[in-house]
Amino acid sequence: MSANGLVVLVTGVSRDLGRRYARALAASDGVDRVIGVDSVPPRGDMGDVSFVRADIRNPVIAKVIAKEDVDTVVHMSVIATPGSAGGRHTMKELNVIGTMQLLAAAQRAPGLQRLIVKSTSTVYGASSRDPAMFTEDMEPRRAPRSGYAKDAAEIESYVRGFARRRPDVRVTMLRCANVMGAHVQSPLTSYFRLPVIPTVLGFDPRLQFLHEDDLFDVMTRAVHDAPGGTFNIAGDGVIMLSQAIRRLQRPTVKLPGFAVGSLGSTLRQARLADFSPEQLGLLTYGRGIDTTRMHASLGFRPRFTSAEAFEDFGRSLTPTGGYAVRLVDRAAELIGSAAPEVTGAGRG
Amino acid sequence: MGDAEIIPIGTRGRPGRGSGTARPSSAARGLAGGKPKPAARVSPVPDPADAPAAPPKPRKAPPPRKVRPTEPHTEPHTEPLSERAPGPAPATTAEREPLGGITPGEWLGAFQFAAKEVFGEDWEPQLARFLAFLRRRVTGAYAVDEYGFDAEVTDRFLMTALRPIAEKWFRIEVIGADNIPAAGGALIVSNHSGTLPMDALMTLVTVHDATGRHLRPLGADLVFRMPVVSSMARKGGATLACNEDAERMLAGGELVGVWPEGFKGIGKPYAERYKLQRFGRGGFVSAALRTQVPIIPLSVVGAEEIYPLVGNVPSLARLLGIPYIPITPFFPWLGPLGLVPLPSKWLLEFGEPIRTDAYDDGAADDPMLVFDVTDQVRETIQQSLYSLLMKRHSVFRGNPPE
Repeated sequence: MSANGLVVLVTGVSRDLGRRYARALAASDGVDRVIGVDSVPPRGDMGDVSFVRADIRNPVIAKVIAKEDVDTVVHMSVIATPGSAGGRHTMKELNVIGTMQLLAAAQRAPGLQRLIVKSTSTVYGASSRDPAMFTEDMEPRRAPRSGYAKDAAEIESYVRGFARRRPDVRVTMLRCANVMGAHVQSPLTSYFRLPVIPTVLGFDPRLQFLHEDDLFDVMTRAVHDAPGGTFNIAGDGVIMLSQAIRRLQRPTVKLPGFAVGSLGSTLRQARLADFSPEQLGLLTYGRGIDTTRMHASLGFRPRFTSAEAFEDFGRSLTPTGGYAVRLVDRAAELIGSAAPEVTGAGRG
Repeated sequence: MGDAEIIPIGTRGRPGRGSGTARPSSAARGLAGGKPKPAARVSPVPDPADAPAAPPKPRKAPPPRKVRPTEPHTEPHTEPLSERAPGPAPATTAEREPLGGITPGEWLGAFQFAAKEVFGEDWEPQLARFLAFLRRRVTGAYAVDEYGFDAEVTDRFLMTALRPIAEKWFRIEVIGADNIPAAGGALIVSNHSGTLPMDALMTLVTVHDATGRHLRPLGADLVFRMPVVSSMARKGGATLACNEDAERMLAGGELVGVWPEGFKGIGKPYAERYKLQRFGRGGFVSAALRTQVPIIPLSVVGAEEIYPLVGNVPSLARLLGIPYIPITPFFPWLGPLGLVPLPSKWLLEFGEPIRTDAYDDGAADDPMLVFDVTDQVRETIQQSLYSLLMKRHSVFRGNPPE
């Protein structure tokens, strides 16, 4: 059936990232067909992607894989917040049961050659006992007990089980740092979109970001020629939360940790921001993931560093603060000769 | 510095009793005039001024007895009462405005003078550089490394703040600074003492000033659990004391500092001063063996005496989740003043590097070898501690010139 190109099944295409990835994949060379699967129809333009409305939680998905002669499955329908799914219970169903069903179907498909799972760096957790940089072989210091992190950890364990049972399938697991982009809707982007950003008093976490274009690139590369295994994916460098907020020029309000947590859940209940409980750990202790393996054995070089990815995201926002910058600028204006030196200050 | 807090004594001219309450005394309210209500109270006040018998007074009478200005404020209140009570409210004039008569030219002159005072003769580029720095900070346009180390802020603030303490307060004397390699990874292993990790901070600034390299300390996880301290530690170049981070930093060619005694060393009673505790589990040795970097033993003399730990409150410490609550001859008795370290004279001796590159690859996985090297490092530090103590003349005074 497939002449020599690939037939790719992509899950989770109704959400923005999944839809755009499927489109980009369909347009890339060496891909014959892209079949997008989701339980709700996508809102935007799907391009050359053929959409199949199927819930990955029931066995219909096995029929799709068999009938379409799929040789590559890209699983990216792991959702981070209960808000979009309609409750934590549904979220867990979609994430864990959905993955189990998908993997069960994939195990029965003889023609399957590749499985690519978009996981998250959240599986490493965030605590005061964390090493500065997590490599792929490290375990979280404290096993996640709830929410997205637990789902992701369970999904990963199912994927590892699948890889054991089907050694002929090349399984690539990508643990991506927080994805940043003008259109990305995630707990962290909605956090940064708040007009006044609450931060945890006395803590300044390190953050890493991945630009959405780099996410599409690395996942397309994973479909074509990636070795199997687990890879940390993030832009180069780290950026401190305080630094990130200063670059956005947004005012902050510093609150003790528990207050940030309860403010977050209030915002979530009021549907003002998609604040996930795991985020509090990240915003307190931060996290760094080591991308040596991404560079060395995946051969992937992100176009955006963490700071650049964040800057690109920041362009879509209007600053709500920036009084300090204006104050300094006015002082520099007053002392006329200061101006050329000020503009000469490069971005580190 | 400019942020010295002014503790008001007396009422500073404002109506009131000097007891801290904003509500003026009834006598003062009577003085203000205008309102009919206080006027009604004017008459009872002058008579019972010395005998506090009025119903609202008994609660407010005790505080002035504690505060010193009891005598000054009873008199000024009674005297002007008789003189000024009949007059209207005091007149205010335009001259009271402090900035009134200064012209912009005078402002500019004063500013230039101040700038010259602060930044020296070439104050314009200096100030421009400072503003550029300020702008870089407020726009976030600076870089940190993967551990969160902010070299700029460390050099400008942390080092600048610590240097006078190291040079003037503890009068640190460095011996064997040329044992620190000028480039490449190295592990400085030091004894730990002094109730608060002041020795780590002092080692930071000493190493930086002696070699120009930043020492990257490895800190306990308590450091990264505490607010404020955690963010400052990361900015200052610290990271968690775990094998992964130690190896990563050493492999990256950093100069890493480790205090393997940990809380056992820093929180030991004064009676056990200069007795090295157990050196952890020797994790630092296996990290050095894996990355084949030299281990430089550092002996610090003087830090034991800054906060002599004479007691501990273990139950409260357990409750708060911290290793110990220090009780020194001055803390907590003198409050914040008890936090001022005693000005002991410090000696820092960097020993000869212990090479680890001669061992074969599997050396780090040989526990017996790791124990041996750990003991070797520990013995070296203990021996040089003893010899430094012999050399030391007095705890507080430096050695007299001979």
